[in-house]
Amino acid sequence: MKIEGKRNIWKDYQKEIASDRFFYVRSCVRQNFFPGSEKTFLRIMKDELHKDVFENAAHTTCSGIGYHSDVVPFETAMTMVARQFSIMTESGYENFTTSCITSFGLYSEILETWHHFPEVEERVRQHLLKATGRTFNKPANLSHASDVFFKFRKEIVAAGKYKLVNKHTGKPLQVVEHIGCHYSKMFPGKGVGGAEYPYVLVGMIVDWGGEVIDYPERRHCCGFGFRQYLVQANRGYSIACSKKKFDSMAPYKPDFILTNCPGCPMFLDRWQYAISEMEGITYGENGLGIPVLTYEELAGMILGYDPWDLGLQVHQVPVEPLLDKIGIPYDSQRKFLTMDGKTIGQPKSPSYLKFYQHE
Amino acid sequence: MNNRVVVIGAGVAGMTTAGALADLGLEVILLEKKSETGGHVKNWDRLFPSRRPGSEVMDFLSNGLNARVDARCGISVNSIERRDGLFTIGLEDNQAISANSLVLATGYDLFDAHKKEEYGYGIYDNVITSAELEAIFKSGQKITTHDGKTPQRIGIIHCVGSRDEKVGNLYCSKVCCVTGVKQAIEIREMLPECEVFNFYMDLRMYDRNFEELYYEAQQKWGVNFIRGRLSECAENPDHSLVLKTEDTLTGRPLKMKVDMLVLMVGFVASKETRLIANMLGLASGADGFLLSADEHVQDNSTAIPGVFLAGAIKGPACIVNTMADARATALQVKTYLESQL
Repeated sequence: MKIEGKRNIWKDYQKEIASDRFFYVRSCVRQNFFPGSEKTFLRIMKDELHKDVFENAAHTTCSGIGYHSDVVPFETAMTMVARQFSIMTESGYENFTTSCITSFGLYSEILETWHHFPEVEERVRQHLLKATGRTFNKPANLSHASDVFFKFRKEIVAAGKYKLVNKHTGKPLQVVEHIGCHYSKMFPGKGVGGAEYPYVLVGMIVDWGGEVIDYPERRHCCGFGFRQYLVQANRGYSIACSKKKFDSMAPYKPDFILTNCPGCPMFLDRWQYAISEMEGITYGENGLGIPVLTYEELAGMILGYDPWDLGLQVHQVPVEPLLDKIGIPYDSQRKFLTMDGKTIGQPKSPSYLKFYQHE
Repeated sequence: MNNRVVVIGAGVAGMTTAGALADLGLEVILLEKKSETGGHVKNWDRLFPSRRPGSEVMDFLSNGLNARVDARCGISVNSIERRDGLFTIGLEDNQAISANSLVLATGYDLFDAHKKEEYGYGIYDNVITSAELEAIFKSGQKITTHDGKTPQRIGIIHCVGSRDEKVGNLYCSKVCCVTGVKQAIEIREMLPECEVFNFYMDLRMYDRNFEELYYEAQQKWGVNFIRGRLSECAENPDHSLVLKTEDTLTGRPLKMKVDMLVLMVGFVASKETRLIANMLGLASGADGFLLSADEHVQDNSTAIPGVFLAGAIKGPACIVNTMADARATALQVKTYLESQL
């Protein structure tokens, strides 16, 4: 593999990312899946990078999950998105940053549609005005939150305590990066690095000390695929997609998987448990799984935040082996306690996927 | 001076035109930017459909450049002006040549396979182009993978950069189908144990003996043909390649491991064509190739009196058609110059 070839492609897919005054919109599902991630994004943006990030409680779903599940029509989705832009406008911001990859894809698709078909934009403006009395400006800059961390990746590592290096061997950690399908597969020019060899997570991994694994099923869907999972009868296809990826990456012995989508870490994490129960297969070392992280969790780890403040205790695949490899301290006794010391309960031990014993 | 013609570009079209013009008694200056004549064909080992050596055609073309042709290689055209029916061609060495007529034969470039990012050219070690495979044939060396092993399985991808809306090229490059068949046979000839799989959309075997070559590839050489476009290529830990495609005849997705992948790169309008078209204000089509005065009845002429086109500057063409076109251009030039007397 010639890294120079990838660098040449990355040069063609540079993207303008705002540097401050972000209007941040949360995901519908991430706070349930990985509850520390969005909070960590805001903490890093405000406390470490000293940026102005604003949230508006009137923000709702963008309807992307319904749109990509074929239950919300495009006209409806456009009007709902117009309302989000209206809220941004009335809040006095113009740099729109989404937590969710599918939202980012939907916003990109709608802005592109309006660019090519101004009459559609005008019709949506009329719909929104009639329904809510609202008007709006389009964002001056649209980014996904992983774009923003990509932009500030050097500042994050400069402020950090840890790097992606195995403290026992001194070697860079081997990392699988998995990009949400709706990030750049629809509009390669909207993503850092394009669609075929996206750079947004690679840039973080490399600048934070790790090395990226290029494995054959790198581009394959995580398994969520919306209707693959949401239609119950299709769930065999969902888990088969995830298994295909794990089988493909396992020979490279990844230390962890990094993701930038709401669904991907959920399915890559939870399906490892399901596959182990169904097939007796585990993909990590010594019967362990491969830890799966969001980019906010990883940034928080680099910065030395308490792993349990990042929400790592709700992962299906234990993250402690990775923490030990890097040398990040944690209190095992606090893993299943709330911040005020109440127990949240402990999951039963799976049949095959091992719980990690601290070294 | 009333019979001097400058021909720009010394590939098949330029060399044929120059030789034909000289045979018609005209004074010809043949300009070539590269260090030698021959265009793309000089790099080709054997030619379809008969697999005769490309050097035989090169020898024929070179012999046609007799003493009346002043061939100058390694020189670029910087400017072209037309005044009172006379052309002044400014060269990069600050010299200028006058001419009564101008033939543009700057041909084509091969499609840059890097643009099909998902095919991994320039990224994966064992992805090469048809031109690079031909260079291996011409060198006389054995085909090996990047780490020196004999490949057991090679994939050939047709229509790379042609008939592809994603890269902006809707046109067919005409020669890649039969080149893919020819090269598949040559691989089997060189490496009888190596399986060869050609992935195609359609096989456009339009010319004489092309279809016969396609049959020969299947019946005599055991080449496999799979109707389906490659969706992506990825690399295994051992640097072999994983291909994902669909066999559209069976309607099933297909995943296959190969040791090497050969991309049949198509034609694009050459950089020189675009530069010279700008100098003269000549129009090109949506495909980037130059437009003639009339696509049916004045295909060798342009909107500018005295400026003529020959060969693949107007779009993809094989050697046979290029040479016929170039000879027609020479006659058009002769007729034009006689009309100016």
